[in-house]
Amino acid sequence: MSADTLATVKPAVELEGITKRFPGVVANHDIRITVQPGTVHAIVGENGAGKSTLMKILYGMQKPDEGTIKVNGAEVSFRTPSDAIAVGIGMVHQHFMLADNFTVLENIVLGAEPKRLGRLDTAAARRRIVQLAETHGLRVDPDRLVEDLGVGDRQRVEILKVLYRGARILILDEPTAVLVPQEVEELFQNLRELKAEGLTVIFISHKLDEVLDIADAITVIRRGTTVASVNPSDVTARQLAELMVGSELPTPETRESTVTDTVTLQVSELTMPGEGERLLLDDVSFEIHQGEILGIAGVEGNGQSELIEAIMGIRPAQGRIELAGQDITTWSTLKRRESGIGYIPEDRHRQGLLLEASLWENRVLGHQTRKPARSGIWINRRASKADTERIVKEYDVRTPSVETLALALSGGNQQKLIVGREMSGDPVFLIAAHPTRGVDVGAQAAIWDHLRNARAAGLAVLLISADLDELIGLSDTIQVIYRGRLVAALDPSDITPERLGGYMTGAIAGTEET
Amino acid sequence: MTRVGKYHVALIAVAALILLMSLVRVLSGQDIITSSGTIAAALTLAVPIALAGLGGLWAERAGVVNIGLEGMMVLGTWFAGWAGYQWGPVAALVAGLLGGALGGLLHAIATVTFGVDHIISGVAINLLGPGITRFLSEVLYKEGTPANEAGAGITTSPSMGKPTEVSFPLLSDGPDLLGKLESTHWFLLSDVAGILRGLTHDVNVLVILAVLLLPLTFFVLWHTAFGLRLRSAGENPWAAESLGVNVYRIKYLAVVVSGAFAGLGGALLVISATKYVEGQTNGRGFIGLAAMIFGNWRPGGLAVGASLFGYADGLQVRSTGAITSFFLFGALLLLIYLGTQIRRLMSDELESKGVKQYTLMASAALGMVILLWLWLTVDKLPDNLVHMTPHVLTLLVLLAASQRLRMPKADGVVYRRGEQH
Amino acid sequence: MPAGLNRALLTVAGAIVAVILAIAICSVAIVAAGGGPLDAFAAFFNFGPSDRAQMNGVAALIDRAIPLFIAGLAVAVGFRMNLFNIGVEGQYRLAAICAAYVGSTFVAPPVIQIVVIIVVAALVGGFYALIPAVMKVTRGVNEVISTIMLNYIALNLTAYLVQGPFSGQKEGQLTTTTPELPESAMFPDLNFVFEWFGMPAPTRAGGLWGFLLVAVVLGVVVWLVLERTRFGFNIKASGLNGPAALASGVGPKKMIIAAMVMSGAIAGLIGLPEILGDRGAFNSNFTAGLGFLGIAVALLGRNKPGGIAIAALLFAFLDRAQGPLQEANVPASVVTIIQGTIVLLVVIANEITKRLALRLEERRAAEQLGTNAPAEVAA
Repeated sequence: MSADTLATVKPAVELEGITKRFPGVVANHDIRITVQPGTVHAIVGENGAGKSTLMKILYGMQKPDEGTIKVNGAEVSFRTPSDAIAVGIGMVHQHFMLADNFTVLENIVLGAEPKRLGRLDTAAARRRIVQLAETHGLRVDPDRLVEDLGVGDRQRVEILKVLYRGARILILDEPTAVLVPQEVEELFQNLRELKAEGLTVIFISHKLDEVLDIADAITVIRRGTTVASVNPSDVTARQLAELMVGSELPTPETRESTVTDTVTLQVSELTMPGEGERLLLDDVSFEIHQGEILGIAGVEGNGQSELIEAIMGIRPAQGRIELAGQDITTWSTLKRRESGIGYIPEDRHRQGLLLEASLWENRVLGHQTRKPARSGIWINRRASKADTERIVKEYDVRTPSVETLALALSGGNQQKLIVGREMSGDPVFLIAAHPTRGVDVGAQAAIWDHLRNARAAGLAVLLISADLDELIGLSDTIQVIYRGRLVAALDPSDITPERLGGYMTGAIAGTEET
Repeated sequence: MTRVGKYHVALIAVAALILLMSLVRVLSGQDIITSSGTIAAALTLAVPIALAGLGGLWAERAGVVNIGLEGMMVLGTWFAGWAGYQWGPVAALVAGLLGGALGGLLHAIATVTFGVDHIISGVAINLLGPGITRFLSEVLYKEGTPANEAGAGITTSPSMGKPTEVSFPLLSDGPDLLGKLESTHWFLLSDVAGILRGLTHDVNVLVILAVLLLPLTFFVLWHTAFGLRLRSAGENPWAAESLGVNVYRIKYLAVVVSGAFAGLGGALLVISATKYVEGQTNGRGFIGLAAMIFGNWRPGGLAVGASLFGYADGLQVRSTGAITSFFLFGALLLLIYLGTQIRRLMSDELESKGVKQYTLMASAALGMVILLWLWLTVDKLPDNLVHMTPHVLTLLVLLAASQRLRMPKADGVVYRRGEQH
Repeated sequence: MPAGLNRALLTVAGAIVAVILAIAICSVAIVAAGGGPLDAFAAFFNFGPSDRAQMNGVAALIDRAIPLFIAGLAVAVGFRMNLFNIGVEGQYRLAAICAAYVGSTFVAPPVIQIVVIIVVAALVGGFYALIPAVMKVTRGVNEVISTIMLNYIALNLTAYLVQGPFSGQKEGQLTTTTPELPESAMFPDLNFVFEWFGMPAPTRAGGLWGFLLVAVVLGVVVWLVLERTRFGFNIKASGLNGPAALASGVGPKKMIIAAMVMSGAIAGLIGLPEILGDRGAFNSNFTAGLGFLGIAVALLGRNKPGGIAIAALLFAFLDRAQGPLQEANVPASVVTIIQGTIVLLVVIANEITKRLALRLEERRAAEQLGTNAPAEVAA
């Protein structure tokens, strides 16, 4: 290839004036991005800025209302993902798109199956996958069931899926959200290899350190539109953050300690059997004092959900749980709630809300047996609505009325409603699982404030989060959970995310530090 | 490796079953238990159930629950009857297939295009099926129509001819060696002969074709690209969609095929009765669904389930008295269970979950005694109670096995393009 | 406009469109069958030549609607919790025969006799629904398939009972039947209502059944329980989102059993209007299929007692016309087709209006805020 042709090389992807409207909102407005081939191009923006919508448009899952898409210089129009695949675009989704009950091989070849005499040619598929995996350094076993794989493995399967289709342009949507730092490093190593082979990577993220680490070019999206295109060597994380938010960033840091000597929650020797020999929870013991936030760090699937469900009485476990000196081990979930446990669940759509019910009915949920909702065997509708009005006001839930269905609200407003609800039972102990996951920066700051204020007022909080900054910033103590065991107790004031990651993956052996 | 293992286990299980049946036959003196006549009746009755089950399998593997199978089967019977008296059994088969497919199409439109809950749509189709067929009968078979003169009425079609029947030469035809062996009533040998003869003597060609649909389905769903796509729509349609699989089209196809299979099942009912009779399906669509669940959403298991129900049906048709022998059969099964449990208790050291095991064993022993007592005292069960056998059996199987069953992960989930749950 | 009213209006509009469409589709079928749609239409409103015949028609319509309404209520209680009680059919038949038999074994003052019969029916229905509930809770057996099987079992069981242990067939009687109920078991009729309006009282099939009053009370009670009590809230929460209900302290097992038994107990009453108002025994002419129709009625009425009442009246109105339709040379089975089509179209319309209402609400929520907040649509 001569220098001449190199100079006129066409951009891998060119987006011009992309606009997408949803009922009542504009998700994308006049987006302009140019991605050079053979680079890692990062698109950054906070939650809800419209990144995912943009990527769905680029992958043919949604049609833009206005604007043009050019791939390798030619204008294209996608009706379905097949069209995008056909021009060499592949997407690794934030939530893995894998069929658990299929093997790795079946997941990879689905939609692009090699055939021989009418049969699915598994031998050819296996050869091709093994070869692809070797050239790109992505190790997988094609014959394992996906449900037996860990997060990192699943992501490699996703990348292989895309490569298998001969994609030259890879879109990775928040690929690091579910990974620990060590896995992130491995992923980046893989991405660099892909780049070296001439592939183009579009990398969507809101984790700025990572973006600065891997990207060759950065485009910032705010409120659905492109606000800047920058070179990573020219900006700092701080500047990038301000471009992203348009103002000062909130920080999750708590100020002075409010921890008292009174124990609110004491968990002793909590054990939960799983399938086979492995224990889901293995001899977990800790205590939380009044005014203390205890953070639990861990890679997802190491027993956090089980721990929460055991404390809430949703799943049976052996051991002993005491709330304010009272043994609540045998109590029902209802009784535990009544005695002052609040619960912000990890998945608000699954466990926290009745999406197809009104806001005031969601206020009643979990408080059926208490004032103001209860009135003998009846539900006191008037009092419930009035109290929902109070939450809407105090917690700044943006909604037309308390009769609105919960699913009409944005994620941040839904979460604020849940926080308001869980705080309104005058809890002595609160479980906050990923309290700011998937909410915008404004709501995030508000929720952090509420947690801090409640802590100052003497609330004991069990905080579980995948956001290590949040965990380090808010917690008074951090415990690391690994394979169902608490392996380390750490002081958040002198721990870095990297070291925390080491404990979380078991890379640093679990020696107790305090 | 596991494949061969499974295959061997199945063989051993079949052998043990035949041995047990033979034992029961000798003990009770009810030769009808393994007679070729019973087995032939069982085959005829099992095939429509298996076809309905296949219908369920196709739909549910693609993620659409189909309890409208019954209604689709009803449509199949009517169209088969209508075409059959005019153009013969093969036309009946085709018409039944198309009639069922029409019902499937309706279900697909409601569930796939409009996102109606699958159970609700199925219930509506079960309501519509008999309504439409009755309407058609009232219009086309009313007095004064040519069909009516040919013997049709509001509830029946005119009769049609029988399709060709074939036998296995030598063994079950002509010298009929199996038949001779069967009539000797020797322990085990006659039973095997009876079963083989029942399966090979004077078998309807269309039944053979229908049976072949089982392995065909297995091949298509598990060994072709199309099958992989179809199953992916039942496991994770969003993943399939993101890879460019047209999930709507796959689901449409699967549900239409599902209806076609149910219709085919209906058609075979009509063909073996040589005419359409209202209410002929008698809940076989539902039994087929039960057979599919029994078979853990797999063709092989489905075939076993359908055979079981077909056998229960066949035996009851042939002789209501023989059913009581199955009290003995049940007692023997429980005895074997007790035997293995006791052996395990002897060899293993006692584990902590002993109490539960002892209660289980005690109830098994009690059940055995009751069954034996029933066998000794009851001569003949009332017909109505005998008719319940397949349904009670289904409930028992569900109770025993439902926790080990694994249905497609996105089965029954209303899928909308671009809306991940 | 308040959000709730908006949703309700859309639903009603959808239902009306669905009914009109169903009539249109069936008109095509009628024309194809060689009948005239206008004749058919007239037949639906042809209640008879004389005042008495017309009043008989009115009474027949309402009498038909009573069990349909109760059946709809029974199904709706389950549906509210996403429990598909397909087993109403079996529950009511078994309950009816047991109640009829128990009622025939003793004589007590009218009120006590009737109350005992009602209680027995509710108990039997509730008990029979308890079986699938327990199977679901303890072994995870899907209630759809188990209730279907239990329907067939109940069917055969009642056939066995009416010929065997519960038989009261007299010498020379052609139909199989349970022993006749004493006079004190018969529910007084409401024929006097017609006289208030100066109309002749209906004479056929026991006139206007007094069980109507029980049905109305039942409807009000079910409405109160579902819409206003904590129990009703728990049912709704469990139906909308099981895991969320569990996390909020509502035990799913207890709720499944409670809802199923409540559904079955109501189902137990379905056969009583007919037995206590007209037949005086469970015999081979006993109306079958009400359980399945109840599913349709509940769907049509969107699981709300008010809606179910309207749906039951609509179905009864269609059913009543079977005789006049035949006279007008239109196949009577067209009624079943209309009913089936209406149900299918109404559930489709429900889906469409639900999505439409949601879209509207999202837009309103977004507009009201005046912000560009695409968070959820993007997720």
